[in-house]
Amino acid sequence: MSKGGQNMTYVNYSAQPLDDERPLPLPPPIIPEVGFSPAQWGMLSFLVSEVAFFSTLIVVYLSFLGADRSGPTPSILSVPLVIGTTLCLLASSATVHLATKSQNLGKGEDFLKWWSATIVLGIIFLAGTAYEWRELIVVHHLTISRNLFGSTYYTLVGFHALHVSVGVIVMLTVLGMTLSQLLTSASKAAVELVSWYWHFVDCVWLVVFAVVYVAGR
Amino acid sequence: MSIIEQEREVIQKQESPQSTPVLDAWLTTVDHKKIGVLYIVMAVVFLVIGGCEALIIRLQLMYPRSTLVQPDTFNGLFTMHGTTMVFFVGMPILIGIGNYLVPLMIGARDMAFPRLNAFGFWATLFGGLLVYFSFVAGGAPTIGWFAYAPLTERTFSRGSATDFWALGLLVSGVGTLTAGINFIASILGMRSPGMTLRKIPFFAWTMLWTSVLLLFAMPPLTASLVMVLLDRNLGTHFFDVQNGGSAVLWQHLFWFFGHPEVYILILPVFGMISEIIPVFSRKVLFGYEFMAAATAAIAFISMGVWAHHMFTIGMSRVLDLYFAVASLLVSIPTGIKLFNWLATMYGGRIYLASPMLFAIGFLSMFVIGGLTGIMLAIVPFDFQLTDSYFVVGHFHWVLIGGTLFGTFAGIHYWYPKVTGRMLSERIAAWQFWLLYIGFILTFGPMHVAGMLGMPRRIYTYEPGMGWELWNQLSTVGAIIQAPSFVLFVYNLIASAWWGKPAGDNPWNAWTLEWATTSPPPVYNFETLPIVHSRRPLWDLAHPDDPDWKYE
Amino acid sequence: MNTLLVLASEGAKNLSIFDPASPSAESIRNLSMLVLAICGVIFVIVEGVLCYCLLNFGRSSEKGMEPPQVYGSKPIEIAWTAAPALIVFILVLVTTRALWEVETDPPKPQSDDNALFVTVVGRQWWWEYTYEIYDGKKLGFTTSNELHIPVGQKDKKRPVHLALKSADVCHSFWVPRLAGKTDCIPGRTNYVYLQPSQPGLFLGQCAEYCGAQHANMMIRVVAEPVDEFEKWLAHEQDIAVDDPQVAQGKGAFLSQSCVNCHRVRGTSAVGTFGPDLTHLMSRKTLASGMTANSPETLRGWVTDPQKVKPSCLMPAFGLTDHDRDQLIDYLLTLK
Repeated sequence: MSKGGQNMTYVNYSAQPLDDERPLPLPPPIIPEVGFSPAQWGMLSFLVSEVAFFSTLIVVYLSFLGADRSGPTPSILSVPLVIGTTLCLLASSATVHLATKSQNLGKGEDFLKWWSATIVLGIIFLAGTAYEWRELIVVHHLTISRNLFGSTYYTLVGFHALHVSVGVIVMLTVLGMTLSQLLTSASKAAVELVSWYWHFVDCVWLVVFAVVYVAGR
Repeated sequence: MSIIEQEREVIQKQESPQSTPVLDAWLTTVDHKKIGVLYIVMAVVFLVIGGCEALIIRLQLMYPRSTLVQPDTFNGLFTMHGTTMVFFVGMPILIGIGNYLVPLMIGARDMAFPRLNAFGFWATLFGGLLVYFSFVAGGAPTIGWFAYAPLTERTFSRGSATDFWALGLLVSGVGTLTAGINFIASILGMRSPGMTLRKIPFFAWTMLWTSVLLLFAMPPLTASLVMVLLDRNLGTHFFDVQNGGSAVLWQHLFWFFGHPEVYILILPVFGMISEIIPVFSRKVLFGYEFMAAATAAIAFISMGVWAHHMFTIGMSRVLDLYFAVASLLVSIPTGIKLFNWLATMYGGRIYLASPMLFAIGFLSMFVIGGLTGIMLAIVPFDFQLTDSYFVVGHFHWVLIGGTLFGTFAGIHYWYPKVTGRMLSERIAAWQFWLLYIGFILTFGPMHVAGMLGMPRRIYTYEPGMGWELWNQLSTVGAIIQAPSFVLFVYNLIASAWWGKPAGDNPWNAWTLEWATTSPPPVYNFETLPIVHSRRPLWDLAHPDDPDWKYE
Repeated sequence: MNTLLVLASEGAKNLSIFDPASPSAESIRNLSMLVLAICGVIFVIVEGVLCYCLLNFGRSSEKGMEPPQVYGSKPIEIAWTAAPALIVFILVLVTTRALWEVETDPPKPQSDDNALFVTVVGRQWWWEYTYEIYDGKKLGFTTSNELHIPVGQKDKKRPVHLALKSADVCHSFWVPRLAGKTDCIPGRTNYVYLQPSQPGLFLGQCAEYCGAQHANMMIRVVAEPVDEFEKWLAHEQDIAVDDPQVAQGKGAFLSQSCVNCHRVRGTSAVGTFGPDLTHLMSRKTLASGMTANSPETLRGWVTDPQKVKPSCLMPAFGLTDHDRDQLIDYLLTLK
């Protein structure tokens, strides 16, 4: 007993009474902890790191705002088009929320409907961005190497668009797996986590929109 | 069903060891223990490579105007030495040790995301290989490990070396980030019943905060490396000063990563030391709550001190002062930890086995590194000391005296658990003393050379500046240190075959990893443990006086 | 402290930060003494406790008996949080005072202010000094390699204000006995203030890694008594010597690509990429302090600079021996 620890057989840790009469202290009862699942913690941690990443790009954008002495400035940005794409993205957050709710309630058809709507809205956002960029490059001659505005604008908006694209691809994968019944009840967790990612991407866009298209112009 | 009766899972053996070839098992494993070992092996290999780079540097600097290596060879050597040691030795070895131990310590069967874990390792390794590919693709990068702009622009760094450097770090950075995500998800979501956050082993607590720092520090580095690559390859102007870009921006972004990075390199070591000192003093860790709070404080403060690497760029006095104050503040929680370790030893029964030997080495050396750090935080003093050999002495003191000694302590402590065999104490003692003496001899004189005006990153120096003696002492110290690493590698390999069998708990320790076999089965524990205190095995050994009465 | 270090440094050159010869270096030295003392005391205490523990609490032969387990103590924790906090507070106070002493904004030049204003441009891998204003009077010549400054008297101080810039990558201007280092960052101007307390040669080096020859960007500050300095100043302001005996060499110089990079005032050579050569031979060293300045070393340099300073930005021009010798003869007259 006094040595303890060496070559110990593994036993349950609740104290067991010894042979002698002395009662041993009993540990306090264990209160079960409620919290996020590991997968939820994982997605949250990932999103925190993405906040750090986008914050860096936004800080860089802001630090170079107005520093150009030649080339196009933010005044050439087409706000109406971008308001349109922003509304699409906001709507897609609503649809992904409805999709998550449907999935949790077990309504498979509704889930497919809202999930597909989210994907479509995401694709419209990307198409809008592509259209906007085509105009910036061909009409205004703003390329990534044109000046500081080009460098910071395309990097910031480009990385956001990349994140939207990844989200769309993941949602398509979930859609495909659901349709071919590869995902079953476990898909509730996957759907929820993807929806968190999608809401995050939307929030980042709101900040980018405010910084680039509103405050920065 | 009461809580105590829950958690009796039916165990299924996940793999039969004899049926798969060994190499295939290691290449495709998602088992946290194998991945941990892979990280450590990778780190030790790069440690030897980085050490050889350092040895050549020291040999070149032995004599003034030496022509042992060409100027750009030297510049490539110190760039690769720094990059290797920080990214491909320091972080992988700590992530590897964490990977191995955290699930065991928290009573889980694996990390939260085993496949992501494997991806993280292979990405880290691939990044290292990409950086080293530069040697065969035209020469190593000669930009320094913190790669100040605009030296990294294509104008000043022709050739592809800088691109390989940036790309390699980008890839390995992604791997490192996933490791951080895995640790957080595991520690927060997979603890065994009864193990509240206040009862996790201290090493797990420090791995948690290290991972938080990883989340905040790695992405800015990723973004910065992207910007360097864009500048060099797509003609952007982030650091292109002639076109409005900013050299200072790189410094801010890099050090915003760079300073938390060095805390990422030391916090896990603080955790390991906090496991080892109690066991080898036979006393519980003094002041766990204060230690835990101090860890969190260090993590927070470390995010706000980055510009103390930039005191000479011409910031305003107010900004300089802010960063000085913040940097000085971090010494308070660090001091708390140091005093708590001493208080743990005080009144104990200290047993100087190899883990404790290295832990004492850590304690005695880290104090000095911390004090020279305080000197560097004093802005006007820093005006003289920064970018000189004093800083080289300081950061090697904390990285070797701190990170390396602590890591060696951890490896000597947990090697029996990983392999089931004890390391040779005799070889360990030789390794320790050669390293301790060689290390002091190498880096002590650097502080003097710095104060005598020797700047850093110079491939040679003029005779008669008063620097010869100190450089020669440093080189002799390096030559004394070198065999200690050979002994270490030998000890690791030889003891795996010929070491004394260890048993489950050779050190009579108290945390959960010692409650299973050495090495643990692939499923870690037969039944998932239920704990009531920070030292479950102490409770088991002392049912009349368990820890949870006092926590 | 400094005697120890100077004794420890074997050579004649002294770059010790503990032997200041200028007010800001002196402020730093005084501050550093206090800081070193405080750190020394902390070191002795902590290592002392560690040694005490190791000596007194070793394991005796009796195994199995665990010592009393002490879980913590709130009063003790507060005590050893408060004590370091107090030390930090003191350090912050002394830091603030020294920082405000050392880092000051440069004044505007005024007539009869006895102040010298020089613009220092760090370049890969040499230093360019443009003398702007002395004692309120405009100067406007550029030299390199040696920075001559006047030494004032106690009653008549002669501050030297340097504006630090960079033409390419980050450099750092560091002359330990005169001031802490200040970076030369492309795109911004930094300022440093010197005021030597004695005449002499003060050495330094670039202290920010700037590429291949970072190690050979020496700084030579020649602090001279006022009359000698003003003589030097007058001489430097003169245009280049025009010795008819080396007219052929001069012709060679002006017709080669030398003029793309180098300026010789009074001739048609107005290149600004390389060092100004108007008074080349008045300097004691070449190649930013790497070698002595003599006919032999100059010949070696002009023949193949890459052999002297590999990767430097002056290529070998493949001159014939005859052309090169003529060129050297001309350069040797540029006193």
